[in-house]
Amino acid sequence: MTPTTALKEWPLWEVFVRSKQGLEHKHCGSLHAADAQQALQMARDVYTRRQEGVSIWVVPSATITASAPDDKAEFFEPAADKIYRHPTFYAIPDEVGHM
Amino acid sequence: MSAPVDYVLHLADNALVLGQRNAEWCGHGPVLEEDIAMANISLDLIGQARLLYQHAAHLIGGGATEDTLAYFRDAGAFRNYMLLELPQHGPLAGTAAAPRDYATTIVRNFLYSQLMVLVWDALQRSSDGQLAAIAAKSLKEVRYHLRHSRDWLLRLGDGTPESQARTQAAIDHLLPYTQEFWTETPAESAVCAQGIGADTRALQAQWDAEVDAALTEATLKRPTGPAYLPRGKEGLHSEHLSYLLSEMQGLARQHPGATW
Repeated sequence: MTPTTALKEWPLWEVFVRSKQGLEHKHCGSLHAADAQQALQMARDVYTRRQEGVSIWVVPSATITASAPDDKAEFFEPAADKIYRHPTFYAIPDEVGHM
Repeated sequence: MSAPVDYVLHLADNALVLGQRNAEWCGHGPVLEEDIAMANISLDLIGQARLLYQHAAHLIGGGATEDTLAYFRDAGAFRNYMLLELPQHGPLAGTAAAPRDYATTIVRNFLYSQLMVLVWDALQRSSDGQLAAIAAKSLKEVRYHLRHSRDWLLRLGDGTPESQARTQAAIDHLLPYTQEFWTETPAESAVCAQGIGADTRALQAQWDAEVDAALTEATLKRPTGPAYLPRGKEGLHSEHLSYLLSEMQGLARQHPGATW
């Protein structure tokens, strides 16, 4: 192993797990680990001990750019009165089948 | 006691005693994530012990159950390796109340898991079908235990000066106890001749090579010199096993036959 500086605090990682039936990985929590491989192993122990998953992703929390709570009004509220953007607004012809 | 029973109890006692030792970390782990990992490993080992005790009880017949075997035998009847009953600290700590040392835990789990990966693999071909099935299930679990302990061995060995010194001390303390892996008791000779048991002597070269590779990668040294030969699997234990059993068995003995 290449020498690394000892960290006082382990960095935080976000954990995403894909369940057996699930198509996509879903965020299930976070944990502290020294590096990516250890984060993966710890995620296995912390989040998949009850057969929750068949695949795990871990992402350094620091690399996630999040929207600010203060932006809520201009980011999200304008969508509230535009129900025509929901697909349920339109009648779907029977020939289309399951969507 | 027949040789197959003796042998299955040896495997069961190994799993139970190490499971109980590792469980001492539950709620006291160095970090939350590791606390859960060690509890998982304990539960895997106790699960293996249950299957093995159930199988032994079936072989013994009469009134034997997994509970009578786990809770109502005394230290002298236990067949586990002495390595697995030692406390979670070095040899000169004074009392059993000394602080637990995670390097000791990791090194012990590494040495034992490295053995059991080979033993369970061989036991998948046991002429005892039930034992072969338990081996197949346990092999997957112990592969993860080996991965976990080996990973920490490298991190601690090739870590800070303190983690290196503590891990080296744990290796110096515990490695000599592994001599017991390679001796053969009359019961082991008998089960190997019947195709039931795994001959550990045939696994020693691979175990040595794997342990040496890990120690080298972890910048740790293998101790040299004469090694003490423990005989835990013949029922000759250190004083530590009685204390472990009194804690583990106390409740069941105070309330025999109690159910939830």
